[in-house]
Amino acid sequence: MIVEALAFYMFAFIAVAAGVLVISSKNPVHSVLFLILAFFNAAGLFVLLGAEFLAMILVVVYVGAVAVLFMFVVMMLDINFTQLRSGFLQYLPLGALIGLILLAEMVVVAGGWQSISAGAQMAKAVAPIIEGTTNTHALGGLIYTHNVYLFQAAGMILLVAMIGAIVLTHRRRDGVKKQRIADQNARGTDTVETRKVEVGKGI
Amino acid sequence: MVEAWNSWIWPTVWIVIKILVIVVPVLLSVAYLTLAERKVIGAMQLRKGPNIVGPFGLFQPLADGAKLFLKEMIIPSGANPGVFILAPCVTFALALIAWAVIPFGEGLVLADINVGILYLFAVSSLGVYGILMAGWASNSRYAFLGALRSAAQMVSYEVSMGFVIITVLLCVGSLNLTAIVEAQRDLWFVIPLFPMAVIFFISTLAETNRHPFDLPEAEAELVAGYNVEYSGMAFALFFLGEYANMILMSGMTTVLFLGGWLPPLDIEPLNWIPGPIWFAAKIAFCLFIFIWVRATFPRYRYDQLMRLGWKVFLPLSLFAVAVVAGVLLTFGWLPTPVAG
Repeated sequence: MIVEALAFYMFAFIAVAAGVLVISSKNPVHSVLFLILAFFNAAGLFVLLGAEFLAMILVVVYVGAVAVLFMFVVMMLDINFTQLRSGFLQYLPLGALIGLILLAEMVVVAGGWQSISAGAQMAKAVAPIIEGTTNTHALGGLIYTHNVYLFQAAGMILLVAMIGAIVLTHRRRDGVKKQRIADQNARGTDTVETRKVEVGKGI
Repeated sequence: MVEAWNSWIWPTVWIVIKILVIVVPVLLSVAYLTLAERKVIGAMQLRKGPNIVGPFGLFQPLADGAKLFLKEMIIPSGANPGVFILAPCVTFALALIAWAVIPFGEGLVLADINVGILYLFAVSSLGVYGILMAGWASNSRYAFLGALRSAAQMVSYEVSMGFVIITVLLCVGSLNLTAIVEAQRDLWFVIPLFPMAVIFFISTLAETNRHPFDLPEAEAELVAGYNVEYSGMAFALFFLGEYANMILMSGMTTVLFLGGWLPPLDIEPLNWIPGPIWFAAKIAFCLFIFIWVRATFPRYRYDQLMRLGWKVFLPLSLFAVAVVAGVLLTFGWLPTPVAG
């Protein structure tokens, strides 16, 4: 138990500290790196909960793909840091207001969860561990068998969003030369001439 | 005191011993892989390869290592020092931690976790960070361009690799690496899933930035890519990490398609040979193909690389997932019953 508690506090502390550093570090690339550290520690917390599948998926999806794209974009930004800092006080009231609203909402959610009896029972209920199933299997059954229509609906929404993003960014321009692999492969042998060259002689 | 020894100290010491037993052979094989690569390519090009240091050049890796170790490590004045030093460490550490879940033989595995293959996939997808960080922190154009190329390439090929892994998982019904190997006792997956094995191997070439996909370090256009500014031990860590990744990817191919530690046929003389030796032999075979490919093919152009990843491998492997799932369902060959 002691080891588990120590591991929990280590992951939790580093996650929170990394979260603070994400918003406080001056260099945006450092921010992204701290974000990755926070993701890692969240994955560690998942492992402690026994949700090893979610932990791995968190690392694969968020760290391995999403954060790479973040970093890709942030690295190529050409930011003037002094200019960025100058607007800090100007936006401070707005930022503080948004922060306060979020805080109030979280208090309401937590309070409501505590005060409603059904909520309190739900919070107390431990996730049932079914004997002989891994959590990969349990999640699979839940998503692909019991809630397959919701899963399909989520997939459709993502597909529509993807098509929308492509339509919005795709431009057709004239005069752009493109390689057409199929045309090249379909080209006959008449465009190339092969010759046997004798040693010591040219063509 | 005795209780503390039994429950705390000895398990810690024991796990450190187990880690050393895995890491030291991996590092030794990395050192000798560099020699093997030079020897094999030498033989393919009708040269002798390194043959001066020691008998048959066998001490060449030690000489190279000593040279790199004694060289000065220079941090460029324009570089971001923290990230600059962190990058090679990340590359090297990621190349080593993946070995924790690889089964070398029956029960010979450091951590036999339920989601072993996902862990391997996650670690290999993190490899891109070492390169990205190196490219950005160097504050140099060549290094930066190399890092960008590498990031795009690794992210692209990971997608099709994921789908290939899914086809294997459909046939196994578990994410545990030992279970994956055990499922191949009668038939290695390379036979029924041969096209997938080929796609997987080519994707591992791209994932490890090896020829013919070594665009991140294309020496003709980018000098040496993301590691131009590195010298001495930092460069050596990149080098070690890259070669350890090659061995790891060969190990992954072996576990997924070549039956891990199992002999090809379960008959008399073949099953006398212990499992770890079969495993090592299969890894050596995959590594030979890595080197063979390097000696044979010219480098891909960048748009061709992207086309291969997104327009050829991705649709093919996605299609294969549907086909494999359909076949397994139709003939009732699913390893676990459909959850009801």
